[in-house]
Order: sequence, then C-alpha cells, then structure tokens
Amino acid sequence: MSSLSVNHLLGIKNISKEDIDLIFATADNFKAVINRPIKKVPSLRDLTIANLFFENSTRTRLSFELAEKRLSADVVNFSASSSSVKKGETLVDTVNNILAMKVDMVVMRHPNPGACVFLSERVDARILNAGDGAHEHPTQALLDAYSIREKHGDVKGKKILIVGDILHSRVALSNIFCLQKLGAEVKVCGPTTLIPKYIESLGVKVENNLIKGLEWCDVANMLRIQLERQDIQFFPSLREYTMMYGLNQDILKGLGKKITIMHPGPINRGVEITSDIADSTDAIILGQVENGVAIRMAVLYLLAAKIKR
Amino acid sequence: MKPRVLLNSKQIELTINRLCFELIENHSDFSSSVILGIQPRGINVSRRIIETLKKLKGIDNVQYGELDITFYRDDFRRRDIPLEATSTKIDFLIEDKNVILVDDVLYTGRTTRAALDALLDFGRPNSVEFLVLIDRRFSRDLPIQANYVGKTIDSIDSEKVIVNWKELHNKDQVLLNNVDKKA
Repeated sequence: MSSLSVNHLLGIKNISKEDIDLIFATADNFKAVINRPIKKVPSLRDLTIANLFFENSTRTRLSFELAEKRLSADVVNFSASSSSVKKGETLVDTVNNILAMKVDMVVMRHPNPGACVFLSERVDARILNAGDGAHEHPTQALLDAYSIREKHGDVKGKKILIVGDILHSRVALSNIFCLQKLGAEVKVCGPTTLIPKYIESLGVKVENNLIKGLEWCDVANMLRIQLERQDIQFFPSLREYTMMYGLNQDILKGLGKKITIMHPGPINRGVEITSDIADSTDAIILGQVENGVAIRMAVLYLLAAKIKR
Repeated sequence: MKPRVLLNSKQIELTINRLCFELIENHSDFSSSVILGIQPRGINVSRRIIETLKKLKGIDNVQYGELDITFYRDDFRRRDIPLEATSTKIDFLIEDKNVILVDDVLYTGRTTRAALDALLDFGRPNSVEFLVLIDRRFSRDLPIQANYVGKTIDSIDSEKVIVNWKELHNKDQVLLNNVDKKA
C-alpha cells in the first residue's frame, strides 16, 4: 500500500488528496474493528503516545485516547493546568522532557497557531495536531468529511455550508481545505464580523443570509460561537445571533428538502442549533463522534508505520 | 530463468477436490464448522473450496468468512511500505466452532500466527485447523504445521511461489519463480 506523504499530521493544508483517501480507506477497516465485541488490535503495542493538552478538551482528548488504546499503544496524558508549564517551562523543554521518557508520538492541542509546526521542527517524535489556536484541527476535518462520505456516498460535488464563528474556528479552516481537496463546494455563512476578511482567496463563497445558504447546500456544519476567544464584541447579543443564524425546525421545514446537519461539538443548545434538531435523524452529530475514533486510529496507524524499528 | 510449474489447472482441480473430501471426512455436514479464508490471497482458495464442496456433495450451508490480519502482523514498521488492510467479513460468532483457516502458501508461519491472534478477537473457537494449497516445508520461523496440505514443496528463500487463479489471472496454475534480487 502507499503510505502517507508526511511524517507529522500538522494540518490538512499540507497533505494530499491521496493521503486523505488512504486515511479514509484505513478508517473503514478500523470502524469495523471498533464495532466488534473485542474492539482492539495489537498494532501499536510497542509505542508510547503522549497526549499534551495545553487547552481544554473533552471529545478530542477522549477520542484520541480511545483510538490509542484500541491500537494497544501505551498512553500518557498531560494537561497544562496541572503542570510545570505554570512554573515557566518552555514548550520545547516540556516536550523534550516527556520524550526523554521514551515517547514515540505526541498528540498536541495548543492555544497558539503553529505550535505543532514549531515543535515538529525541534523534537524527534511524530506530531499530531489536535487543534492549534484558530489555525487547524485536521482530525476533526477528516472525520467531518468521512461522515459526509458515509452519509452521501461521496464528498465530490457536494455543497457544504459552514455556519457561525468562522473567524475563530480551526474546524472551519481545516474543513475548507479538506472538503476542497475532495472536490466539494464550500460556502461560509455568518455575520460579516465573524467572517475572515480574505476568506474568499481560499475559493470559498460568503453568504450572509442563513436561509439562502441552507437552500443552496446539501450539508450544513453548524459551528459554536467561541465566546472564550472573542476579546471584543462581534455582534450585539447572543439572542440576536440566534435570531439571525440559529437553526430551528421552522427554518428546516421551510426549505422543502432534506439536508444533513453536522456539528463538531460542544453544542450550545438553543444558540446555533435547537435541541429538537440536534436530536433529529437529520443530524449526524453522534455519528461524527463515532467516526472520530476510527479516523484517529487510521491517522495514528499510518503515522506509526513511518517510525522504523 | 523460466518459472517452473508446480501445479497446472487440472492438478489444482484434483488437489482442491481431494482437500474437500478430507474436510468432509473430518467435518461431515459442517454444522459446527466454519471456513475462514485469510485475506488477501487465502480467500481465492477458500472460495474455490466452498464452490467445490457444493459441486461434489451439495454442501451449501457452510458458514464462511474472510479474515484480515493486517493489524495483527508482527512485521508492522519493519517493512518500508505498510501493507494494505483488506476487509474482514465474519457475520457469525466463532464461539465453540471448529474453525478451518485457509491460506494459499504456508512459508514462515508468521501469517498463520497473526491469523490465530486475529481469530481470538472473534471468540473462543472449539478447535482451529489449517488448510494450505502449498506448503514450503523447511522454511518455518515458527512451530506451525498445516492439517490439510495441497502440495508440499522444497524451495529456497530466493524463490517465490506464485499462485494464479482463472478469475484473476485467466489461468489456474502454481509457479515457482527464482527472484533475482539484483533485478
């Protein structure tokens, strides 16, 4: 089989369509594995993986940890809030100390964009980006595209609308790269203040009207408003945002067609999406979470294959 | 050098027929037996066996599956290019069944070891037997032997056994090729 063209998964931008296809094909096999009574294979039993989370996370961290354990790797966890980072240690020092304990791969989430690229140039381990600031979140984009492929058969030619806080979203950026590489059309939708100024240079169209956007699309990916990243007020109030860009059953019924609803989580019920939609059969939100484990197993497996004994 | 023919299409047919009769001898109606082909190449043999069982004795109720062992191999990360995983299709439990594993060539025994590991993730079988079309004896890395053997051959490491099937390669035949490492 072919192998990945990269040694680290830093972002979707620097991997090829062939890489994505290979990850999907491998994830198909792992999805079968995690649906068996014994959900574990011994492939990575001689590797140790460190999960370094310098920013809060539930889903991604659990998903990575499960993926690692289901490949039989040894796992160590680290979160910045309870570590020496607080005492002033630099990132490279922290990671090199962890690697001195013979760790082969590092899964890292960090608030600063480019932290994973920086690290990959300085330390001797495979780096997997689990989200760096507002830059990229490659495994989320892969699992989103994989879920679309699963639901619609193919990503090519599909119309995907990404709604919400595009400006602060690493999910949006990685999704745009991933979906475009697979031949989908992408539009972003939200208040102008939350749309990056030069987003159209990526070949993405901007739509400010939610209804028009939904009428155009096959799949709507509803992002969360990241209040924790907003240092100034980008819209008058959350209530006004919900009135303009929140998805509810009335809007969906008015479209006259079925669209697939996605959400990378965590959901703010009643803000970007109402409860009844989040729990409806049009939403594949929990399917995304399930696919997340399979996708992460595939990425870990393919990157581990590049570590020579 | 021209490859040597180990089995031609007539001989393959006879061999498969004989293996089927040996299976029937031990498993009679296959009510508590399952046949599992090892992916990717063992499935060509196992599918032929299923076909032949039906043709010879009208046995068409054999539980049949295909087992991928990629994630259980012990040479992961020792190869330059990782092996491509294929699909596993086992839609029944192997708990307390008599499992017949099927592969085309038995060489070092490492694939068989991986298959035994993979098998245990689907339950605890009552017994496991192993059927191969070609047994390259004296080249084992592990203490593994087949219960049913199509043909035993003596070969050296620089030689390669090539199994062709008419569905895939237009002709049933087994060849022994001398692989020149410099080429």
